[in-house]
Amino acid sequence: MNDTGTYRPLSYFQLMEISLRELLVEKGIVTEDQIAEEVEAMRKRGYERGARVVARAWVDPEYKKRLLENGTRACEELGLEVPALKLLVVENTPDAHNAIVCTLCSCYPRMLLGIPPEWYKSRNYRSRMVREPRAVLAEFGLQIPESVAIRVHDSTADMRYMVLPMRPAGTDGWTEERLASLVNRDSMIGVAVPKGPND
Amino acid sequence: MPEPLFRPGERVRVLKAYPLGHVRTPFYIRGCTGTVERICGAFPNPEELAQMRDGLPPQPLYRVRFLQKEVWPDYRGAAGDVLEVEIYQHWLEKT
Amino acid sequence: MADAPFRGCHDLGGLPAGPVERSEHDYADWERRIDAMAVLLGWKKVVTVDQRRRNVEALPPQAYDALAYYERWVVALGQSLIQRGLITSAELARKMMEVEKRA
Repeated sequence: MNDTGTYRPLSYFQLMEISLRELLVEKGIVTEDQIAEEVEAMRKRGYERGARVVARAWVDPEYKKRLLENGTRACEELGLEVPALKLLVVENTPDAHNAIVCTLCSCYPRMLLGIPPEWYKSRNYRSRMVREPRAVLAEFGLQIPESVAIRVHDSTADMRYMVLPMRPAGTDGWTEERLASLVNRDSMIGVAVPKGPND
Repeated sequence: MPEPLFRPGERVRVLKAYPLGHVRTPFYIRGCTGTVERICGAFPNPEELAQMRDGLPPQPLYRVRFLQKEVWPDYRGAAGDVLEVEIYQHWLEKT
Repeated sequence: MADAPFRGCHDLGGLPAGPVERSEHDYADWERRIDAMAVLLGWKKVVTVDQRRRNVEALPPQAYDALAYYERWVVALGQSLIQRGLITSAELARKMMEVEKRA
């Protein structure tokens, strides 16, 4: 029986996963509990923490300044545990739209946004996003006017990136919680923008 | 951190080199010229970490901004479109 | 240069490619466990993310495309552990045969 309860023979790679895990446990390098805990922690991690950071930056201009200067410290300020994350937040403005890619693998701010979507790791996204970002964004339904520059960030080394989208119009006086609900994962990667009440 | 060789605003060129091993400077940017956007800090060299060595001393890492039209001869987007890439110091030279 | 310089099969930026398939993938437990093991081994500094990446990049080009994301990772983790001397090929062979018999 495999995980789904239906019988299917183990694939070579599933066999390898079980084997590596058992060897690592037998040798005392990791424990089954540690693996289970990390699986659970990862499952719980969606993009809500990223949305919280964005909402705070929208309501607090001083926080936003600090966020743009040192993303990691600004997350820690909100009580978010982000071990080993070297975060760089890039801000969308009326003159510039930001988008993130990792052409070499799949680097992504997992501590804030969870596991990256399959398309972010795909050959087609990684190949084309640096070369024809406007065409790729159009495929995502996002038309950026020529008057707005596109900044594509290729996560090639130690930094991890998150886009700070522009706050939608018609949200004056909204609570942080309500504002955070407008922020989806794709807008923090830069392939979407948050929709406000007027959109 | 060792004293960085380059400063924000400085024009730098990515080495036009194609070595072996684990390298984090993408193929497409080699030989291109851009502007240092910021110094990210200094980190152990991933090329060495990949070979089970400690990658020390830490190497300065830069974000370099390139105009898309200067990277791709057939780029069809806006003139102001840019690519920003993290590049280790030993992959950069003064122009 | 007369011949083509070396380019890793993972080094995709700028290559011609097709439309982005906006698929989302709900990962199976075994895939999540691979991710968890990779993270734990990284924290414990037993296998660095750089070593794992290097081993993914060392896959033959056809394998890089044919294998799913976590299939690449599990192979890379195995190679890394063998390189570090934490497991041997013989141990892995014995264990895989044992697990297969059980299944």
